[in-house]
Amino acid sequence: MTRTGLPVRRPRPPIALSIGGLAACALVCLPIVYIAVRATDRGWAPVRATLWRPRTLDLVENTVGLALAVSLAAVVLGVGAAWLVACTDLPGRRVLRVALAMPLAMPSYVAGWAWIGWRPELAGFRGAALVLVSISYPYVYLPVLGALRRADPGLAEVARVAGRRPLTVFFTVTVRQVRPAIVAGVLLVGLYTMSEFGAVATMRYETLTRVIYQSYQASFDRTPAAVLGCLLVAVTAVPLVLAVRWGAAGRVDRAGPGAARRRPVVQLGAWRWPAFLAGWGLIVAVFAVPAGNLVRWVRRGSSSTTWGEVTGAFGTTLWISAVAAAATVAIATPVAVLAARHPGRLSTWSVWTAYAGHALPGVVVALSLVFFGVRYAGPLYQRTPMLVAAYVVMFLSLAIGAIQAAVAHSSPALEQVAASLGDRPVSVWRRVTVPLALPGFGSAATLVFIAVAKELPATLLLRPIGIDTLATRLWSHTDAQQFAAAAPFAAALVLVAALPTAVLTRAQLEDPT
Amino acid sequence: MNTNRTPRRLGAVALVAALALTAAACGGDDDDVAATDPPVATDATPEPTEPAPEPTQPDAEPEPEPEPTEPETPGTTGAPAPDTTAPAGESLEGLELTLYSGRSEGLVQGVIDAFEAATGVDVKVRYGSSAEVGAALLEEGDRTPADVFYSQEVGAVGVLAKAGLLSELPADLVSSVDPRFQPPAGNLWVGVTGRSRVIVYNPDLVPEPPAGVLELTDPQWNGKVAIVPGNAGFQAFVTGFRVTHGDDAAREWLEAMIANGVRTDISSNGNVLAAVNDGELELGLINHYYWAGLAAELGTENMVAQLIFPKGGDPGGLFNATAVGITNGGADNPAALAFVEFLLSEEGQTYFVEETHEYPVLPGLADPVGYPGRDELDGPAIDLTDLDSLEATQALLTELGLLS
Repeated sequence: MTRTGLPVRRPRPPIALSIGGLAACALVCLPIVYIAVRATDRGWAPVRATLWRPRTLDLVENTVGLALAVSLAAVVLGVGAAWLVACTDLPGRRVLRVALAMPLAMPSYVAGWAWIGWRPELAGFRGAALVLVSISYPYVYLPVLGALRRADPGLAEVARVAGRRPLTVFFTVTVRQVRPAIVAGVLLVGLYTMSEFGAVATMRYETLTRVIYQSYQASFDRTPAAVLGCLLVAVTAVPLVLAVRWGAAGRVDRAGPGAARRRPVVQLGAWRWPAFLAGWGLIVAVFAVPAGNLVRWVRRGSSSTTWGEVTGAFGTTLWISAVAAAATVAIATPVAVLAARHPGRLSTWSVWTAYAGHALPGVVVALSLVFFGVRYAGPLYQRTPMLVAAYVVMFLSLAIGAIQAAVAHSSPALEQVAASLGDRPVSVWRRVTVPLALPGFGSAATLVFIAVAKELPATLLLRPIGIDTLATRLWSHTDAQQFAAAAPFAAALVLVAALPTAVLTRAQLEDPT
Repeated sequence: MNTNRTPRRLGAVALVAALALTAAACGGDDDDVAATDPPVATDATPEPTEPAPEPTQPDAEPEPEPEPTEPETPGTTGAPAPDTTAPAGESLEGLELTLYSGRSEGLVQGVIDAFEAATGVDVKVRYGSSAEVGAALLEEGDRTPADVFYSQEVGAVGVLAKAGLLSELPADLVSSVDPRFQPPAGNLWVGVTGRSRVIVYNPDLVPEPPAGVLELTDPQWNGKVAIVPGNAGFQAFVTGFRVTHGDDAAREWLEAMIANGVRTDISSNGNVLAAVNDGELELGLINHYYWAGLAAELGTENMVAQLIFPKGGDPGGLFNATAVGITNGGADNPAALAFVEFLLSEEGQTYFVEETHEYPVLPGLADPVGYPGRDELDGPAIDLTDLDSLEATQALLTELGLLS
């Protein structure tokens, strides 16, 4: 049974948890407050001038249109793919399960350069949407896959026994069971699309984020960029409200293992091989086009790099991503636990702001930290902790989502049992909650690690002088038209992100307790 | 569940691919930019046209040949510091210098390496666009860690000079460069290299190219021209346009270009050049030296794109300069002045001529091979200091929806 019948009394959250949630909230609010201040520090006339012009409306339309298209396509692709490998008799589905997550490792700009180099006519909306869907659908696929495997098959069986057809069962029962996972995933995709720079820049499509970035780079006057940044935050409020309304409801925990029998397998029949080809075709397209482009760069170009440069950047990327992942998970944990165990005003607001942080363009986060750092945190200015703080702001929601899901899936009944046997809250937390949610912490760290490794705009602005990641080396070589020298960095970057992606998927595949 | 082999297999495939690419691109160690064929449609003879007052400098080589015995080559670690760069001699050893560079790493890291080798100074560089790094300097004020700001063009140093963030340079150093590249008063910055704005075109798509930017509002170029409004060079061009032709004329030209479907979707000069070279785009407005950068990567024989240096005062032929200034904090750091002196030394200047194909600012040095000589360039006649009304240009571009 997915629902335990008794209403559970929610105790007040421990004070440490509340402080942690507030701190995370404050960190993410910093850039939002900064752009609000910067947008209005020269009065309201520049604000009106920037907002009330036809071009701004075009930018909002472009941004919202792209986010909607990418979100819809990612839901279809992500849920469809997860269902195929989790619920059907698709040939070779075990391998495909891992492979379908791998596009997460592809940096948007690497994909963008490749597609536009191969098919220049894709420039614009189509190309941007194509690239973004192809690399962001795993944000839906992974949580839905996990949720499908955890979902109690009993309900679907009941529906089948009651005479519903398999497809009807899927839409009426299974999709409802995994709805929170879909909503969480699609929210990440939509917000990611709004804050994304690499794909829209390479595909030459003007969204708010791209124009904000360009404005910051091209002008001493930062007011228009700040005004557009505020507008972007306002736009992201819409999907946030919708997601909270649609996603938060319902409990998904199971106290026990549920029905002790295998999930029924949907027979694909004549669709087995077409589905097989579609799945692998997707993977091949996502990786073959960029690979072909890198080979083309090396063959056409004469620039070169050294092993030392590549391995140095590789090492830097590894440790900075690892540090950022650890910090993000640590800061995300109180918010996630609040949201899972103590839903209330504080948890709602913390989660909201964290997701808003995910929608902030990297350049806005970076500049606000520069502004703050120069004035109030001199010793940290242009040091690694500031860069890590930027990553935390941008990727907190990735970690919260994963941890929250894991905590929510472990039954509070087990904690209550421990508490009733005399364990103190901290001890309950250490001995019951954390071990049960451990895979969630792993997923959270891995998701953040992958995102940090690929991040470019904030890294360029905030990295301590002399620190070079694979992404920044890749950028500076392509900027200098040294494409052959750039290729190894792109390949190494995909590699650095691909291995954790594989590990992450394995974690998702492990059977729930 | 036995899925653990799969990730390893995928990882191994990715690893092999990465290693193959790295091996292919790490092959050569040759970073020399060979002398290139003239990219200019009109024949420009590569020989230096002006008589050198002191013929100590080897002439520009029309083709690659063994380096002269005098170790003037940038990047040669054993090169002793030229006289001009060592006012404090060995005392610079171990000093640290923080440079904010609006110029990109690929263009200037070589000369920084040469400076470090010659002086023992440890240079920390923060790279970005000129406006981005300049805005950071404005934000940081006198709390900035930067000692030196090296800008893509004169406008950005002018803005910082006006904000009182730069300190005065020695008058004899500033007066050592061509008067065109000196500030008229204050000595708060000095030009380092010259570059010309150009029109790049694809001869296969455009058999009869325009002679200047004023023609580009003609309907025959509708949708065929790309500009990069965020680029410092483009903004300097618009400033020059405003200064020489008046604000109204510049605005009218921009509006006519917008009405004529000018493309602003390509995000950098380098990408515009690549698009023209690949036949994806007919024309673009860029700086001249990008051509040499792409030619070095693809090979001169693979260059389709050609350059036009607009003449007769056409604003599209603006001859602009990169410029350097020392911050107030950097005034106390002897390495800061030594670095500026190094940029203006024969060694530094020769680096730019040979590696980035820019024009030297020291009198008597040869022009980059394959481009019109400094004295053949015939862009708008302006005082570079006039380019410091950069913020007015940015406001105009913003108002027209080209910047944000």
